[in-house]
Amino acid sequence: MHLGPDNVIFCQYEFLKLNSTIATTWALMLALTAGSLLITRRLSTDLKISRWQNLIEIIVNSVRTQIQEIGLTEPRKYLGFLGTLFLFIALSNLCTVLPFYEPPTGSLSTTAALAISVFIAVPVYGIAEAGVGGYLKSYLEPTFLMLPFNIIAELTRTLALAVRLFGNIMSGTMIVAILLSVTPLIFPILMTLLGLLTGMVQAYIFSVLATVYVAAATRAQQDQ
Amino acid sequence: MDNLTIIASGSIIMCGLTTAIGVIAPALGEGRAVVAALTSLAQQPDASATITRTLFVGLAMIESLAIYCFVISMILLFANPFWGHFLAKAGG
Repeated sequence: MHLGPDNVIFCQYEFLKLNSTIATTWALMLALTAGSLLITRRLSTDLKISRWQNLIEIIVNSVRTQIQEIGLTEPRKYLGFLGTLFLFIALSNLCTVLPFYEPPTGSLSTTAALAISVFIAVPVYGIAEAGVGGYLKSYLEPTFLMLPFNIIAELTRTLALAVRLFGNIMSGTMIVAILLSVTPLIFPILMTLLGLLTGMVQAYIFSVLATVYVAAATRAQQDQ
Repeated sequence: MDNLTIIASGSIIMCGLTTAIGVIAPALGEGRAVVAALTSLAQQPDASATITRTLFVGLAMIESLAIYCFVISMILLFANPFWGHFLAKAGG
């Protein structure tokens, strides 16, 4: 039994390995980019729009309203980053319905990369909103005694983001694998169904948490 | 018992105990969260969309505590660092 898609290696050149995680991530990135390019090539403002444009408008609109509800008043600035996070995780979890597909989010390296990008994006957005001094001041709230705890919280929440997504997806695929060897008839399908639900909820939670962190970093300055 | 046996039995026993004990608290927490959500749903059915959304997020966050325990069990079973260390020592 192997833990996640990291151990499925397609080809190896010295220390560079092309494993299933990287290949699937590239395929998903290609699908997302090519799909959006194809759809946005001919957008129309008529009353009658193509069904793909309709789909993409629904996605973008709902992501915008979600970001706005969490407290970022200008969702346009953050839509690119947070929306991409959501779309990538959601697509990679949704594709579990395809046979022989292993979700790249079931590997700790992918989720760690996503969490680290959130870890970097939060100070970047915070500094862009209020300058270096204003952002660093948010670490001293409510009192300067909280400084070490604020720094620890910054690190642990990144770890928690990575392990939460990894653990949920990995446990889903592992339960299906175990059930396949115990009761291979119907139950694996039911668990895959549950895994689809968990995958969507986890994608939502990952992006909501990223939004909350960005909002916390930028809101502290707006109040003052 | 030699080192390898101690590590193997310790890892296997602790792997079961980690998930078994670690799941208790999140289970109680999830139960309380669902109870609170159902009570507020009964009082204010109009706010069901917000309540359900917040409930799902909260449940997933509580559930991740249990998932952490599961991840640690998996590390103990399949990616145990001490096991590899002592195996290399015994082999070479």
